[in-house]
Amino acid sequence: MKNFINKLLLTTIICMVAVFVSVETGFASETVKLGVAGAHSGDLASYGIPSVRAAELVVKEINSKGGVLGREVQLLVEDDVCKPEVATNTATRLISQGVHVVLGHICSGATKSALGIYNDSKIVTMSPSATNPGLTQSGRYPYFFRTIASDDAQARLETNFALDVLKLKKIAVIHDKGDYGKGIAEFAKKFLEESGRAEVVLYEGVTPGAMDYSAIVQKIKRFKAEAVIYGGYHPEAAKIIKQMRKKRMKTIFISDDGVKDDTFIKVAGKNAEGVYATGPKDVSANPMAVAANEAHKKEYGTEPGAFFLNAYSAALALLNAVEKAGKTDYNAVSHALRTEYVDTPLGKIRFDERGDTIGIGFSMYQVRNGVYVELK
Amino acid sequence: MEYFFELFLGGLIRGSIYALIALGYTMVYGIIGLINFAHGEIYMIGAFTALIIANVLTLHGFGQISVLILASIAAIIYSAAYGLTIEQMAYKPLRRAPRLSPLISAIGMSIFLQNYVLLAQTSDFLPFPCLIPDFEFLAPVAHIIDSSALAILVTTSIIMVLLTVLIKFTRIGKAMRATAQDRTMALLVGINVNRIISATFVTGSALAAIGGVLIASHVGQINFYIGFIAGIKAFTAAVLGGIGSIPGAVLGSLILGCTESFATGYISSDYEDVFAFTLLVLILIFRPSGILGRKEDQKV
Repeated sequence: MKNFINKLLLTTIICMVAVFVSVETGFASETVKLGVAGAHSGDLASYGIPSVRAAELVVKEINSKGGVLGREVQLLVEDDVCKPEVATNTATRLISQGVHVVLGHICSGATKSALGIYNDSKIVTMSPSATNPGLTQSGRYPYFFRTIASDDAQARLETNFALDVLKLKKIAVIHDKGDYGKGIAEFAKKFLEESGRAEVVLYEGVTPGAMDYSAIVQKIKRFKAEAVIYGGYHPEAAKIIKQMRKKRMKTIFISDDGVKDDTFIKVAGKNAEGVYATGPKDVSANPMAVAANEAHKKEYGTEPGAFFLNAYSAALALLNAVEKAGKTDYNAVSHALRTEYVDTPLGKIRFDERGDTIGIGFSMYQVRNGVYVELK
Repeated sequence: MEYFFELFLGGLIRGSIYALIALGYTMVYGIIGLINFAHGEIYMIGAFTALIIANVLTLHGFGQISVLILASIAAIIYSAAYGLTIEQMAYKPLRRAPRLSPLISAIGMSIFLQNYVLLAQTSDFLPFPCLIPDFEFLAPVAHIIDSSALAILVTTSIIMVLLTVLIKFTRIGKAMRATAQDRTMALLVGINVNRIISATFVTGSALAAIGGVLIASHVGQINFYIGFIAGIKAFTAAVLGGIGSIPGAVLGSLILGCTESFATGYISSDYEDVFAFTLLVLILIFRPSGILGRKEDQKV
């Protein structure tokens, strides 16, 4: 019975889509339709609203310069409340309105459920904020792109830094057993093993909040690890680094965004010196980012919220790709996204085969004289 | 072999940390049979007091030793005052209530104190200065043991001896033992039971404050939540050793510390807690009242 309903539902959707596609082709010459989907209400609205505003600003600017392909750009905004079960409806609504490219969705879960529908209708989608690695890496969504680095990018940067810059051979991977920390540590371990250039001498989780990490520190020493890659947050990192330095160990410490926090430097004090941590690339100096933030302040009177620059860049990249492709056809657009560089507030970007951005992401920072310094 | 000794030493230090807090649990339990869940919070308040006093004194240019002594004294007085107040407010009115009521009251007190410090101070982690000076004679073995770890080991041993002397050979100790054995009878022979109980809380809280200063100085960071985590482990250690017994609390703590250290060192730190609590379960199966705990006589 359930199967039957599912099939019925699918048929209905396909019929609806088919009808609207045929209707849409009739009026195609009018506007280029940019859909914006995400949480615009509910408790996660603060993540979604900035992307709507970013799209509004970009569209306004592009239209003032004559639009895309000589046609005006039209915005279609649909709310998915960050819920996977709503997101499919949101996607269907956008498609039924004849959307050409979609900026969205915001949350990884909602994005995933909506992608199936965009995929079937061959609509190019670009998220400013969904970081789940599987969205691009599974290869199931060839028309999906994103302007934010996926969770494994930090691990990739950490391992590349350890292998190429520091040229380490023996590395201990430690995590705090949490979703975030363990996730990154798992990737780091995988990348190190795949490279074959360094040995993971230790892979273990520590109990967060424990008063003493001397046993694990002793173990790091015993396995003669040259460096520790730590996945987790700063309180435990500060304790581990303190105990290592107390034992006169000079082991290099490499960690992630959870440690790239000024509280870490405050708590670990002089022990923090020389610690490496990955963090989002500093784009505050980029003139386009400054201009985008200024435009937001002028238009809405407030500072832009989360993922504003990512969404701004995504909107620019999508419309630029349509312009470069010369048509709204999904193959041409995704080809343009993968081949043409575009200037955005996040820097000069294009996309790789999987849909992740080349040219954005994380930078390696090091504590020097009590502050995090970006390493070039 | 060296690795074994290093792990063993690490376990002893960890165990001594637990012992400093476990002693307070076990003392209070021994006298009035109450698990004082707010004890971990007293430890946390002691550490916060020491941090504030130490920062003020350092600002005024006091030397490291005088900062350590003055901050510890301030922490002891402040924590003892808190211990006494908690006893008077949360436990004394419930002295004749069923056993569960003071337990709930203790949990409430614990939550209250955590949030009180959270609001009055901060939710952030704060750096705790190393109050213990670097001993020069430790320089050759600095890679094995540092001065704060040594201070913890030594202090725990001294406190255990002093406490045993206090309970075995002094007047107040005798009164404590009498109260523990039979409160009504102690009252009848002229012991001021309420004062004895208060004295127990004051002693236990002072110990927690010393623990707070030493441990925070060893770990190097504090926040409002440290008391809860420390309290849970110390309580486990006290139960392991036989709650109510002072040597038991120290023994239980050392066993727990060494088990965790060896489990991490030889197996995996992923299973550190698993081994610690498996040990607890095993010991409680064979010795339900803990390693050194006395079997409670059924009162007819």
